[in-house]
Amino acid sequence: MQRIGDAPLVRRLLIAMAVGLSGLFLLLPLVAIFAQAFSQGVSVFWSNVSDFYTLHAIGLTLGIALLTIPVCLVFGVALAWLVTRFSFPGRRLLQTLIDIPFAVSPVVAGLIYLLLYGRNGWIGGWLDSYDIQLMFSWPGILMVTIFVTCPFVARELIPLMQAQGSREEEAAVVLGASGWTTFRRVTLPNIRWALLYGIILTNARAVGEFGAVSVVSGAIRGQTNTLPLHLEQLYQDYNAVGAFACAALLALIALLTLAAKAGLEWRASRREAFA
Amino acid sequence: MSHFVLRQSGSARVLPGFGLSMGISVLFISLVLLLPITGLFGQLAGLSFAEYWTIITEGRVVASYMVTIGAAAVAALINAVFGLLLAWVLVRYTFPGKRLLDALMDLPFALPTAVAGITLATLYSSNGWMGSWLEALDLPVAQTWVGIALAMAFTSIPFVVRTVQPVLEDMPVEVDEAAMSLGATDGVAFRRVIMPHLWPALVTGTGLAFVRSLGEFGAIIFIAGNMPYETEITALMIFIKLQEYDYVGASAIASVVLFVSLALLLAINIWQGRFVRRLHGGKA
Repeated sequence: MQRIGDAPLVRRLLIAMAVGLSGLFLLLPLVAIFAQAFSQGVSVFWSNVSDFYTLHAIGLTLGIALLTIPVCLVFGVALAWLVTRFSFPGRRLLQTLIDIPFAVSPVVAGLIYLLLYGRNGWIGGWLDSYDIQLMFSWPGILMVTIFVTCPFVARELIPLMQAQGSREEEAAVVLGASGWTTFRRVTLPNIRWALLYGIILTNARAVGEFGAVSVVSGAIRGQTNTLPLHLEQLYQDYNAVGAFACAALLALIALLTLAAKAGLEWRASRREAFA
Repeated sequence: MSHFVLRQSGSARVLPGFGLSMGISVLFISLVLLLPITGLFGQLAGLSFAEYWTIITEGRVVASYMVTIGAAAVAALINAVFGLLLAWVLVRYTFPGKRLLDALMDLPFALPTAVAGITLATLYSSNGWMGSWLEALDLPVAQTWVGIALAMAFTSIPFVVRTVQPVLEDMPVEVDEAAMSLGATDGVAFRRVIMPHLWPALVTGTGLAFVRSLGEFGAIIFIAGNMPYETEITALMIFIKLQEYDYVGASAIASVVLFVSLALLLAINIWQGRFVRRLHGGKA
């Protein structure tokens, strides 16, 4: 039986349009990043990457991501457990609240942190009297990064844990397993791949955040410059190759993220086929 | 079914960790998400309504609302069409390179916005790969609002594709067969049979893309040219006020952006909740 849009001509036309437009608007920019980064040869690319300030920016960016992930992980698992394993008033409200970072403009996210923790803010002013400054230094960058990345793990886990239901965990508890054992031996094996993908997404966003970080960082070269901010400075200084060398590093992380997603999906579909 | 009975008895929860997970979640949401928003209201508390109104309706700021909303609307419309096409092709057809195309859909989410920004700016500049021949056709993109819409469309396309795709996948073959066996042409069948199923998801995806475009910053500022009154987006207005240490002005404009995006988010959630309930026969 023929399905809608299955006529060979229609099919070929639609596929050609989809592939052509995607190539032009999605693939071409990706190719351009690497073409620009290597436009003056590998050695120029390499000297830009191994520049002191670039290396410092890479280190800071990775450090921030490394600190962000465990925080988002604990929060994401706790929230997913809470909203999928118990029913209580306010459950839907919590699920709406965690979407806030997706709706708030990154610049606004940076601003609200600056207002609260900056020297004129009511927490920042109090901390300032103890000589603690969070904004325009790495703790500020970490705080806004946690703000923008916190929904990812929870958003990956909630639909999965909802679909799986709580029967297996209830069986374990009834048979006498402790809460921690139940989580580690029953829940964790069921959710590990979604958890991993949540971490990968958190990492990708943490490494690449620009708007929020640029508000609170101060962008001091060699001190509070993350890789995306460093890239911007190089671009403004007309060092296109340097900027695109940083862009290529970040694009590489993005490509690894896409590959990981494709791999995990392929794994899931194979398991479904065998089940 | 016994666990339903247990749960309904109220105090007897079978699974442990309610207190702990509730504690962590509420503490985190309060400290990380809600507390900082109070800082914004604290900053605005010192303003009279007239002062607040003057700041948020200043000519250059209003122009930035127009540029942002107009470009975001165009980007959302482009993505509604382009996203529907991509979702359709990815679900309904098999062809070489399909997996690659599917993976490519997530690129705008995975790619840092600043990287997208400088890349689009370079590609569409007057001597870039795309810009040079668009210029020859007298269609400048860089430093116009077309460039802004293009950057917005780039960063938000996955919202439409990834919202429409699962709904299209779940549509039973029988729907197609019924339409085709009754002699409908492709066009009629698509309009009368497929679209009624699809449009709630399409509206949700397009709405999410629109909200994302309203707040986008990194991908836009490099290509926009940032001319006051012409190609200045609202997020940049906030940023400029901050660089001038005008925290009050930045907060006032930010409160407008925050209010609009939260209201839209809420509307999309309610809309989505309603159509999910309808599809599952009132038992969502």
